[in-house]
Amino acid sequence: MSTALMSTSTPTLTSSLLYLDGVSVSFDGFKAIRGLSLVIAPGEMRAIIGPNGAGKTTMMDIITGKTRPDAGTVMFGGSVDLTRLDEAAIANLGIGRKFQKPTVFDFHTIEDNILLALKSKRTVRRTLFWKTANADQKRIDHILGVIKLGDARARLAGSLSHGQKQWLEIGMLLAQDPKLLLVDEPAAGMTDGETAETAVLLKEIARDHSVIVVEHDMGFIRELGVKVTVLHEGSVLAEGPLDQVSANERVVEVYLGR
Amino acid sequence: MITRFLIQGMDKRGLVFLCLIAAIAVLVPLANLLLPPGSLFHVPTSTMSLWGKYLCYALLAISLDLVWGYCGILSLGHGAFFALGGYAMGMYLMRQIGSRGTYGNPILPDFMVFLNWSELPWYWYGFSSFPFAMLMVLAVPGLLAFVFGWFAFRSRVTGVYLSIITQALTYALLLAFFRNDMGFGGNNGLTDFKDILGFNVQAQTTRAALFAMTCIMLIAGFLIARGIVVSKLGKVVIAIRDAESRTRFLGYRVDRFKLFVFTVSACMAGVAGALYVPQVGIINPSEFAPANSIETVIWVAVGGRGTLVGAALGAVVVNYAKTVFTSGFMAPYWLFALGALFVLVTLFMPKGILGTAQDWWSKRRKPEPVATAEPAPAE
Repeated sequence: MSTALMSTSTPTLTSSLLYLDGVSVSFDGFKAIRGLSLVIAPGEMRAIIGPNGAGKTTMMDIITGKTRPDAGTVMFGGSVDLTRLDEAAIANLGIGRKFQKPTVFDFHTIEDNILLALKSKRTVRRTLFWKTANADQKRIDHILGVIKLGDARARLAGSLSHGQKQWLEIGMLLAQDPKLLLVDEPAAGMTDGETAETAVLLKEIARDHSVIVVEHDMGFIRELGVKVTVLHEGSVLAEGPLDQVSANERVVEVYLGR
Repeated sequence: MITRFLIQGMDKRGLVFLCLIAAIAVLVPLANLLLPPGSLFHVPTSTMSLWGKYLCYALLAISLDLVWGYCGILSLGHGAFFALGGYAMGMYLMRQIGSRGTYGNPILPDFMVFLNWSELPWYWYGFSSFPFAMLMVLAVPGLLAFVFGWFAFRSRVTGVYLSIITQALTYALLLAFFRNDMGFGGNNGLTDFKDILGFNVQAQTTRAALFAMTCIMLIAGFLIARGIVVSKLGKVVIAIRDAESRTRFLGYRVDRFKLFVFTVSACMAGVAGALYVPQVGIINPSEFAPANSIETVIWVAVGGRGTLVGAALGAVVVNYAKTVFTSGFMAPYWLFALGALFVLVTLFMPKGILGTAQDWWSKRRKPEPVATAEPAPAE
């Protein structure tokens, strides 16, 4: 990992944690992202909204290395060019991602799901001769407590309900201990009660992590009470507090008013 | 550290398997050597060699289960690694013939004399040494798997595409080994072996020793495979099988993990091939036939994918059935029976013999569902 860091290191250019400038990408002629610029400060939590096809998920794909942009700059920590790294390298830099559809390892126990996500060296040799140290076990227990799945630790993740899977995946993000968390629709398919609890959990996480939340649920975003970026057709339409953004005529037109 | 690695979290099923193979390793050779042929418990040499062959297949099946059952890599070319290991052993056995061949050439094997070759090709150097040949048994399949896997896994070739390429790999090797100028005996392959480590290959004691050695290697292969699958690396590998891109986003280099298990598995298959050759007395290009590799997949599916013990069980059961079937009046229908077996197992016992038996057993023992044991998700 250190070599990956060194090879792409340039002098620190910005004080922001994540810096996207003029990013464009197209698929078969369709411009999914056009000239997108976005800056996330260290410790910031940001909500991203936008109608279907606005480019929210593609943006996450670009940040996590799944998709390479055709043009533009994507910098992490002010000095690392993310467009030159693959998924694993980016994950090891400290960017964690939760998918829209909860993706956990169904045939592993809940505890093993957390263990696999736990921050550690990801080499073949280290995992082959891995022994869970006391500190690791404590950390796993702590996370299981936070996501309220401590009693179910020995169950297979595949047997969890949809909402519980969402939480398990958030727990896996916590275990990774990333600098930046990308969370795609964490409240999708949850009951109102679960949604409220998820908002509390995310706010707690945001205390010592930077978080980007993509969400459709306005009530959920209001509960988070953070700066909002509205995407439309692959670029930023508006940015600011939710009240100010939702008063914006263009935003109402393309998204909220419908 | 090695011992801990090999026996960590040993379960009952694994223990039963180990004890069974260990018992067979001791009792069968003893029953063959010490008991008089008239005795009820005497094991004829031919039966012992036949079962030795089954156990080689069991090791091959375990190696395939490691990549298919646990990592989701459906290799339809595992027979290639088995055959390469077999050829490495065959080359050693050929060099041991010395001047006892038909043409009496002290250095060149018979087929080279027949082709009017004047000297040993460079790639036959060293095979007169047993340690070198054993190294090649591991190194040749391992290296091929490493190079092949390096390209395939880095380019993220997965699923059916990978299966087709592995099938092409073994087919290409089949065609290559058929050629006389490859220097591996063409379509006749390598045969007419005399000695192994100075002992006559045909002798009853040698056969007993080979049988015992096969059991020992099966135990070793099982322990290594089990050590791998219960380690954290094993959990990563299962995670790759079930959700590859998720594993990648957790920061694991999926290609390296696949490469590791694929290479280990190929080495294991090579060992199985090396034990197979002296017991059947011949190795020829037909071992590379795509159908062989597909049959191996069927053994694993029948026994139970992702269980290791099940793979070994499947190999023995299917091959025993094959022996019974193909020696009677039903011989022409064996391939139909094999195909039907595969279809039926896939439809009605997707978890194979062992998985189904286990489900049945746990249902019988726990008729009422426990609060923590909700049904597994439908697949």
